[in-house]
Amino acid sequence: MTRARAGVIVFPGTNCDRDTYHVVESTAGMEVDYLWYERKTLRDYQIVLVPGGFSYGDYLRAGALARFSPVMEALREYADRGGLVLGICNGFQVLLEASMLPGAMQKNKTLRFICREIHVRVERSDTPFTLLYRKGEVLSIPIAHAEGNYYASDETLRHIEDNGQVVFRYVDEKGGVTAAANPNGSVNSIAGLCSAGRNILAMMPHPERAADRLLGSEDGTRLFLSIKKALR
Amino acid sequence: MENLDTLLKELNLTPTEYTRITGELGRQPSLTELWIFSAMWSEHCSYKSSRPYLGRMPSTGKDVLIGPGENAGAVSIGDGLAVIFKMESHNHPSFIEPYNGAATGVGGILRDIFTMGARPVAILDSLRFGEPDDSRMRYLIDGVVAGIAGYGNCMGIPTVGGEIYFDSTYRENIIVNAMAVGIAPADRIFLAKASGAGNPVFYVGSRTGRDGIHGATMASASFTEETAVLKPTVQVGDPFMEKLLMEACLELMKADHIVAIQDMGAAGLTSSAVEMAAKGGLGIAINLDRVPQREEGMMPHEIMLSESQERMLIIAKKGHEKAVERVFKKWGLDVSRIGILTQQKQIIVRANGAVHARLPLDTLVDKAPVYTRHASMPAYRAEASEERPSDQIPEPADYHKTLLGLLSSPTIGSKAWVYEQYDHSVGTDTVIKPGAGAALVRIKGSKKGLAITTDGNARYTYLDPYTGAGIAVCEAARNIACVGARPIALTDCLNFGSPEDPEVMWQFIESVNGIAAASLALGIPVISGNVSFYNETEGKSIYPTPVIGMVGLIDDIATRITPGFKDSGDLIVLLGTTLDECGGSEYLKLAGGQIPGRPPKVSPAREARLIGLVHEMNKGRMITSATDCSEGGVGIALAEAAIAGNRGAEIRIAWQFRPDRELFSESQHRILVTTAGRSLEKFKNMAHKYSVPFQVLGRVQGTHLRLDGLLDIPLEELRAAYKKGP
Repeated sequence: MTRARAGVIVFPGTNCDRDTYHVVESTAGMEVDYLWYERKTLRDYQIVLVPGGFSYGDYLRAGALARFSPVMEALREYADRGGLVLGICNGFQVLLEASMLPGAMQKNKTLRFICREIHVRVERSDTPFTLLYRKGEVLSIPIAHAEGNYYASDETLRHIEDNGQVVFRYVDEKGGVTAAANPNGSVNSIAGLCSAGRNILAMMPHPERAADRLLGSEDGTRLFLSIKKALR
Repeated sequence: MENLDTLLKELNLTPTEYTRITGELGRQPSLTELWIFSAMWSEHCSYKSSRPYLGRMPSTGKDVLIGPGENAGAVSIGDGLAVIFKMESHNHPSFIEPYNGAATGVGGILRDIFTMGARPVAILDSLRFGEPDDSRMRYLIDGVVAGIAGYGNCMGIPTVGGEIYFDSTYRENIIVNAMAVGIAPADRIFLAKASGAGNPVFYVGSRTGRDGIHGATMASASFTEETAVLKPTVQVGDPFMEKLLMEACLELMKADHIVAIQDMGAAGLTSSAVEMAAKGGLGIAINLDRVPQREEGMMPHEIMLSESQERMLIIAKKGHEKAVERVFKKWGLDVSRIGILTQQKQIIVRANGAVHARLPLDTLVDKAPVYTRHASMPAYRAEASEERPSDQIPEPADYHKTLLGLLSSPTIGSKAWVYEQYDHSVGTDTVIKPGAGAALVRIKGSKKGLAITTDGNARYTYLDPYTGAGIAVCEAARNIACVGARPIALTDCLNFGSPEDPEVMWQFIESVNGIAAASLALGIPVISGNVSFYNETEGKSIYPTPVIGMVGLIDDIATRITPGFKDSGDLIVLLGTTLDECGGSEYLKLAGGQIPGRPPKVSPAREARLIGLVHEMNKGRMITSATDCSEGGVGIALAEAAIAGNRGAEIRIAWQFRPDRELFSESQHRILVTTAGRSLEKFKNMAHKYSVPFQVLGRVQGTHLRLDGLLDIPLEELRAAYKKGP
């Protein structure tokens, strides 16, 4: 059996590419390639990851310039055909800017960069990314961002919620949605969002930084194992 | 010659130095040449006041691969790897423009690391501010922290630690020292030593603008009322550009295309060209018309002295030009062949078809002036009495209030409000996060890890520079030991007032001697460093502030120790001796706002025994937690260990003297450890073997910190005080 093949997109300024590569390879046991932003086809991959970082320095707005990269055209086509896409942190921002998911990111309500362990609740365990979690389970995963304050209009929000597209929500340790447990001010405490077709997941917390007991949490590991299972 | 006098003043050259220049050249220098001299002979580049003393520090050891003099020092850590690190100051620019000053400080030190072929794995920042109670200081603090975050976060290199002290001595001169640590293959370290006449010289990275001209000169002068006009001399950082530059350099270095490389830091193109050629015993000819520029009509001296950021100078191998160009173009960076190495040991600068400078390199480098400055012991030190200042303060009526007061003081309190703005988890290697005495960064692909810390208590150094500097080395080593690692090397950043002031010079020499003695006794080589003089405003200097950055190695990261109390029932043991030493302490500052007296005594030999003991105990897995006793003494160490472990403690102390003095004494060479009861006897014997005094203080227990009827504080209250923030 050939191993599943994952691609990690590298824009100028991406800086979680190596972390993401490492976890996908070592945890999920996939073949991994870096995909340079000028690439025009993604046909060889079963999953494409858009990692964190500061693509194009996050100048103008986080993700605003990366969406014009040649690889984004290919990514859209790839996702339209049902290919799995996981955007993490800056990857979330890029997918929003590219309108591959609804809504937009604003600066954190504190107006500061926040790097901290936070808790999220798994809202759906029926996506290819969360198969191995229980619905309602509380995970400890770090965030590290300045623009993670998710916003969507009331109408869009209703649509997202009705459709069950919210995959992760910021909660307190016990799983309660509270203002204090929402680190950045996101509407409805949204931390992770999937597409209507469930094949795109974007999230602000960094699961690749919570996939090793040595680093304090292994709660992110099952996200990568879920992908592996979904691809089998 | 009024014009010349004005010019020399602007260039910060003395008339004597000018005479020396004309004497050496046998002619008048051109304007461009004079500017080159002003940069190369500045304190910042030439170390003209400090050089005679720096050699006193031990810089060799069996694992030292590269000592002082290169962009950074390097130490072998086995498995074919080297750790490369250095610390540098960016004090003056950060005071003038805090965001960009601090940001470019981080950018500069990172370049020093990846210039050598190492991928940076950690950043630490040692900061000193005035009291955080006025709005101007808040502006400086916010700006510096945001600048460090803005740069490091974008680069994707975790900021894992550092320290911050607040004291009114820094009101007009803040201290911003940044340390970077990288890892490289030990046999592929790149140096700034040119070789091969005829090899091409490449300029890569950002374009050159007028920013930062005068930077090295500015860093070599004191602040006056006119300092505000220097704002344009502060460089502007572009971390995105640096990220590209770093990836491009590291990619280029995988193959054998280059012979030498140096970043354009202080004094920009001038110092990188001069130093690389001089180190290689060669000459260099450059054509400024080929330097990528972002402004029009720049004068040759402006191009030569610009400190525009994110630029590198590379000596490539002849015939490999295409490869160099290909890599930098891939990353979208400017790359231009601006010159060539020559046999004749000169720097020749051409522009617009004319030669603007032709200078012998030995005059610029080897014949730079060296000053043996006059040094004399300051009156305050000569008059300092041996009597205990704590005699003058009454015993607190309410220990509860005193402990919480200390715990919430800006210097002791949690720095989460700072380090949560830094990405400390990127890289997926940060095993011990900011907040402990030392950070611990694992090395993927091995069991090893690097423990990293910065330390330096300037109040001690002010009261007694030799002792204070020695304490900084000992405390750094202790912090490394407290996470289970052994110290392997250190870097220092020496922040002082004006070397032209004999009392400052005395502080400097004493501090260097203190560092030298302690590092020698502990067997920790000094592999890199930086001197920052002229930290004074209107003639008033800062406290002498030597800062030590230290790196330790842990062979198996599974044996790391963390500061929090672990298991209920564990015995709490104090290793070391508590003396009545409150001079220069946080307690005295809280009680009276003054810092008279003498600092705690220092004994590197005792530190070495203490560290040896902790190391051996940890080998036997007998330690469940370790916390260094420093500012705030045992009282604060107990509170910190309780908060970190979310466990209370029952403490009973047989007081040797007044409890407040014993609890908050800042005696050195002490560590608070916990151990399971069954290990007690073994532990005692081992402590005896190392001649380290051993005192059982109590047990880990419950959810309160209870002390002998003096204290009974719930953990929640401790945590709230600790996390309050300034």
